[in-house]
Amino acid sequence: MTTADPAVESGYHQGHPARMGFFTDTSVCIGCKACEVACKEWNAIPEDGLNLTGMSYDNTVGLGASTWRHVAFIEQRKPIARQDPGVSHEDVDVLALAAQGAATAPGEAGMTPTTPGEPGDLRWLMASDVCKHCTHAACLDVCPTGSLFRTEFGTVVVQEDICNGCGYCVPACPYGVIDRRPDDGRAWKCTLCYDRIGDGLEPACAQACPTDSIQYGPLDELRERAARRVETLHEAGVTDARLYGEDPGDGVGGNGAFFLLLDEPEVYGLPPDPIVTTRDLPAMWRQVALAAAGLAGAAALACLPGRGRTRGRS
Amino acid sequence: MSGDTAPDRPDPNRGAPPDRDALTGVAAGRDRPRARHRRKRGEQPMVPEAEFTSYYGRPVLNSPVWDARDVAGYFFFGGLAGASSALAAGADLTGRPGLARGAKTGAVCAVGLAVAALVHDLGRPERFLNMLRVIKPSSPLSIGSWLLAGYGPLATGAALADLTGRFRRLGRLATLGAAALGPAVAAYTAAVISDTAVPAWHEAYRELPFVFTGSAATAAGGLGLITAPTREAGAARGLALAGAGAELAAVRLMDRRLGLVGEPYRTGRAGRLLRAAEILTVTGIVGAFLGHRSRPLSALSGAALLGASAASRFGVFQAGLASAADPKYTVQPQRERLAGKE
Repeated sequence: MTTADPAVESGYHQGHPARMGFFTDTSVCIGCKACEVACKEWNAIPEDGLNLTGMSYDNTVGLGASTWRHVAFIEQRKPIARQDPGVSHEDVDVLALAAQGAATAPGEAGMTPTTPGEPGDLRWLMASDVCKHCTHAACLDVCPTGSLFRTEFGTVVVQEDICNGCGYCVPACPYGVIDRRPDDGRAWKCTLCYDRIGDGLEPACAQACPTDSIQYGPLDELRERAARRVETLHEAGVTDARLYGEDPGDGVGGNGAFFLLLDEPEVYGLPPDPIVTTRDLPAMWRQVALAAAGLAGAAALACLPGRGRTRGRS
Repeated sequence: MSGDTAPDRPDPNRGAPPDRDALTGVAAGRDRPRARHRRKRGEQPMVPEAEFTSYYGRPVLNSPVWDARDVAGYFFFGGLAGASSALAAGADLTGRPGLARGAKTGAVCAVGLAVAALVHDLGRPERFLNMLRVIKPSSPLSIGSWLLAGYGPLATGAALADLTGRFRRLGRLATLGAAALGPAVAAYTAAVISDTAVPAWHEAYRELPFVFTGSAATAAGGLGLITAPTREAGAARGLALAGAGAELAAVRLMDRRLGLVGEPYRTGRAGRLLRAAEILTVTGIVGAFLGHRSRPLSALSGAALLGASAASRFGVFQAGLASAADPKYTVQPQRERLAGKE
């Protein structure tokens, strides 16, 4: 399938650099959050809440103005291909363990290392989410100041010296990525490390990732690599493996940052079939024009009866 | 995780103790029957109840950061201004000077308040002129800013000429110019909210412009009923009637077409506001026609109509917030769309 080149569509000449992006292979993510830390450090992003959420190991919750990488943790009662999840402890005598001096009295223990969990299947999904750098980016389309722009690498970046904090990009994003920083008043999101990739460096998150779950490179290469990886996983019995956001035919024209997922997108908090809202904008303008004409007509009609009943000044 | 936590910014979960257990297997949401919406009276289930999954019930979208008072207020005042300008020109041309003067004065005050609300809602209000850095047809807010930049001075000129009685010819031109742009000012705000990923706003893009212009006409008619002498108020009454009819019809149509995504318009705070709008509209219209010989009754009906318009804007706004806060409104329609493609 031929891919629209967003950089050329935005007016760059044919000689611009290749479109760069991320391929996040969640099948090798170990949930270390090095990407979150590296992103915060490199981009000097302020602290955005230190909470314990009860959502597995995810205390970051989601992407936002001060969170440009977010590692999701999902615990499921599903088999992990041919591996043994190691959660069967039926043969462990908990009371004996407790008598040996476990800290929590058995009656009070919920699920601790010394109490058996439920036996059976268990898999732990982890996935590092990020701005998708859409081919058809709604945030960029609706930005009224031109603060959001398309770079020569085909990525989408906010110019903070232009942004006046109108907040339009926030509900426009179909993925819930960009947000306004309350104390700062401006919109922020992942820049795909625009200040690094221009110098030939890879983005901070990709560089910090110890398992190469986050891979950075020319999008065409990444797509080929991702297709091969899905095949390998399917052969290994991981039939759940599927790509998300790599299809240039999807509702946003494909993502610059796409993913290999092991379950449905919504399990990870991703929309299953996002569309760029501006796809319907011509139709919206048509309706607006009709409605405006209707209002003008109604005002005229309302004034017609009784015309000339009183003498006007003019 | 339903609509009731929607309008609170910043994130209510930040700093708050979790309201969920960290139990294995529950997290993915697959294992518990959740997010099954109640079927409304008479509605036949077209598809079996969908199994709905989310990430800990968290919204897929980031909620709009807009303040309800600012942005719904801006919709209301913008609509009132735009429709008043249209009414002012009609009144001018048909010899209703009292109605025209009230409408022109109302329009300039309302557009001032609309712009003030818009600027106040910016994260960086001192940078509001950045709105005029570019002209972007892909951004309804950009087009709207330019519309307001053209409309504001015209409405001001029209009102000043009328109130001072000077520059009559220029005043007439300004009145006609404001009347030409006014309906667009009243209608474009529907495109502003429809052009988002917020399910209740985006999916309603066909009807929302009519809801908004209808509401604007209702408000302008209401203002006319308050300001105009009774013998000139007929035009205001007519406009209010047309607006009320259009709005009520558009809301009905929207409700019927949207299905699940229309639910936020019927429930919670949005549902209450929209019901209040409906009641006020009907009361105002009935009062305006029954009490058309009485100035106080007309003014009272006009006030009800203004209130109806404001309630309707706030209701639509709240419905959007509620639909963005609950992942089912994002995930389920998209799932159904995917199922339809296969």
